[in-house]
Amino acid sequence: MELVNVEQLQELLNNFANEDVYIHLETTNGAYASHFNENVFNAGAFIRNVMLRYELGKVVGEAPHRIGLKLPHGWVYAQGITHFELDEHGRLLMAGHDQSGKLAVALQISRTPFTY
Amino acid sequence: MTLPMERHVLVVFPHPDDEAFGVSGTIATYIKQGIPVTYACLTLGEMGRNLGNPPFATRETLPHIRKEELLASAKAMGVTDLRMMGLRDKTIEFEDDEKMVGMMENLIADTNPSLVITFYPNYAVHPDHDATGRAMIRAIRRMPESSRPKIYALAFSNDSKGVLGEPDVVHNIKESKEEKMGAMRAHISQTAWMLEEMDKRLADGEPEAENWLHFERFYTYDFSKDFE
Repeated sequence: MELVNVEQLQELLNNFANEDVYIHLETTNGAYASHFNENVFNAGAFIRNVMLRYELGKVVGEAPHRIGLKLPHGWVYAQGITHFELDEHGRLLMAGHDQSGKLAVALQISRTPFTY
Repeated sequence: MTLPMERHVLVVFPHPDDEAFGVSGTIATYIKQGIPVTYACLTLGEMGRNLGNPPFATRETLPHIRKEELLASAKAMGVTDLRMMGLRDKTIEFEDDEKMVGMMENLIADTNPSLVITFYPNYAVHPDHDATGRAMIRAIRRMPESSRPKIYALAFSNDSKGVLGEPDVVHNIKESKEEKMGAMRAHISQTAWMLEEMDKRLADGEPEAENWLHFERFYTYDFSKDFE
């Protein structure tokens, strides 16, 4: 993974627009967040291999970046994205790593389903 | 320390590395005593948050890395019967409860253990830990009392000692320290921070004997104080 380059990432987002794609979207504090600190309200969400089609994808803001996908009838967005990669299977992987390197958010787009 | 003889020990945890911190010394000790050990690991820790800093793995490559680490850990402990059960990290509690009990029943039928080591439901912090312990306790509860294996349960929630008291089983695993360090190092993608922390504590003068390199602690599960 590399630090987000806005121009490159924008071009990759454009490449997946207007076709059926599989999405992985995840936000997390980690399962131990409120074990280590009882004041942490532990919330997160996860979807994987949900198929959708977006008409506009945008990367916005200074690092960490925000990514928004506009759908015909809705939206997907992620904030806190720091890194990206087009992997060997042609999948666009985006992730947000916190100050200690731990993953906090992931948004991934693929033309084929991700593994289980 | 020589541990009491067992016919077969079945260890069931949801994540690669769950075995390393709390049980790998015990596993290595059993194996050195010639007791067969089966380690069933339910997932490949696909949702782990440690991907390196700067990241060396992605969400998609992490399971491959952790699978290799799990194999290396098994090797370090001397485990030859390692089973990867193919579930996904952080989803165990959402699986069908009966399917999970069935998986545990199959493992028990297959290995005929005299001792099962797993997590203590409701006192094991991670939802996957609790769900794994829950399924195993349910499977064993359904067995006739006379043929039930003994259960050593791991608990480490902040309230565990307040509610359950001190663990009644304490293994001195000093003689399997090398194997334990081997298991910890095998899972380096996830344990690096823990090993750093240990080095710091030792440098600060904490006696080594105080820490997890010498002792592993379990609760003998008591069905008269069942969790449900």
